[in-house]
Amino acid sequence: MSVPSQNAKLKAKSAHLYYGAYHALKDVTFDIPKRAITAIIGPSGCGKSSLLRMFNRMNDLIPGARVEGDILLNGESIYQKSMDVVSLRKKVGMVFQKPNVFPMSIYDNITIGPKRYGIKGRAELDEIVERSLSQVTMWNEVKDELKKPGLLLSAGAQQRLCIARALAVEPDVILMDESCSALDPESTMKIEELMLELTGKYTIIIVTHNMEQARRVSDMSAFMMIDHDKVGILAEYSPTVEMFSNPKDQRTEDYITGRFG
Amino acid sequence: MNSRDHERIAKALIWTAALFVLAVLAFILIYILARGLPRLDWEFLTEIPRNMGRSGGVSSTIVGTLMVTSLAVAIAVPFGIGTAFYLAEYTRGGYITRIIRFCAESLAGIPSIVYGLFGFIFFVIFLGLGWSVISGALTLSVMILPTLIRTSEEAIRAVPNIYREVSYSLSATKWQTIIKVVFPSALPGIANGIILSVGRCIAETAAVILTAGSALRMPSSVFSPTRTMAVHFYILAMEGISMENAFGTAALLIILIFLINVVANTFVNRFVAKGVKR
Repeated sequence: MSVPSQNAKLKAKSAHLYYGAYHALKDVTFDIPKRAITAIIGPSGCGKSSLLRMFNRMNDLIPGARVEGDILLNGESIYQKSMDVVSLRKKVGMVFQKPNVFPMSIYDNITIGPKRYGIKGRAELDEIVERSLSQVTMWNEVKDELKKPGLLLSAGAQQRLCIARALAVEPDVILMDESCSALDPESTMKIEELMLELTGKYTIIIVTHNMEQARRVSDMSAFMMIDHDKVGILAEYSPTVEMFSNPKDQRTEDYITGRFG
Repeated sequence: MNSRDHERIAKALIWTAALFVLAVLAFILIYILARGLPRLDWEFLTEIPRNMGRSGGVSSTIVGTLMVTSLAVAIAVPFGIGTAFYLAEYTRGGYITRIIRFCAESLAGIPSIVYGLFGFIFFVIFLGLGWSVISGALTLSVMILPTLIRTSEEAIRAVPNIYREVSYSLSATKWQTIIKVVFPSALPGIANGIILSVGRCIAETAAVILTAGSALRMPSSVFSPTRTMAVHFYILAMEGISMENAFGTAALLIILIFLINVVANTFVNRFVAKGVKR
């Protein structure tokens, strides 16, 4: 749509998603710009998370899930047969709804990803831990307690640790699935600031129920809804400023002004 | 009668039931320890039984018990945990899963004397292992498999699914997810299953007497016949050899099981659950 093609990091091309016989998403086509924040908004159950999980093939884990059409990362199909899902997920990281720190130390939470693809050296791992925690502005808070269980941190700090854990793998794209919805307003603000800082380096896609959040942080907004066949569709996709000031679609306007959803 | 009386009566009944169970347990423990503890001294622990067990100690039966039990657990644990992971992570409730689970449940319902008979025919006679530590251990390992599989599978299934998703999202393979994330999280539960199995091995008589034998001398290798402590006090009591020594052995067995539980729990708390503890 309104994104110049050469700036697109991810492209959805007539993408459909089925869970068994159930048609969950219909004909989604849009380009996600690189080094920007794209927000996916819309009422509950319209398939926002399902769409997000198509970008790192997380839906593969659900028995019976099937994708038609295609999604391109840097112009390359991620659903082609030769695609290595493990290396795809190294490039496309994910932060989930609830903070889900592993029951291990802060240090081990961060290094679990890098260790997987063979980084063993202590110095190198130390460096990754410092870099990742600095990126989420936690390094000074926790640098003396890296051996402490991550579960002892506050919920907001745990979520930032989860973001650091995702960053430690050095992805290009970060998918955030309602990553603030379990947090208090202050922690939410910190995460939003973090997202804005990270856009310099990363392509970020967020799913959010919070219209204000979408308006505050995102560059592009994708409005999804359920059509008359009860299938999720992408109803409108435009720069956030435009969508919130002058929605093209009546349904979008109804939703963002709080008339339904 | 009003609802408060109902409440009071119900409470009284539940209390009585709980108290009765506790009393029975306490009675057994106190009775055995009271009769057995006076017999325990250095000689009893370090000497091998003499005169069929009328005099001397029980050292060879302690060694036999530890050998049979540790070997049985060492053999069963890899198979049990492997099967549990297969059932919990690699199948989706298909035909094969149902067959494996049905077999495991059937195995759990078989009386231990039947395992003894099977072990006697298969390990002792057919494989020619004779009455030996290894025959006893193999028999016990089959016997404890169902417990190991069930407790481990439950522990694996109790690991929150989001941990697996996070692991995959960090570009892990399935195998790495299982080893690095699922297994450590399930380990406290799996360890409990192992402790339970150790207890069953130590306390078993029927399956062991038929497969490890009842030799009183110190076992020199896993191919030596041996007599475990449970078998020893069974024979002492049943053949009227020495009630005093039977109770001594029983008291020692109780203390041993207690010690193993304490050590295992400390281990689980200190090393396994360190990530979640303060």
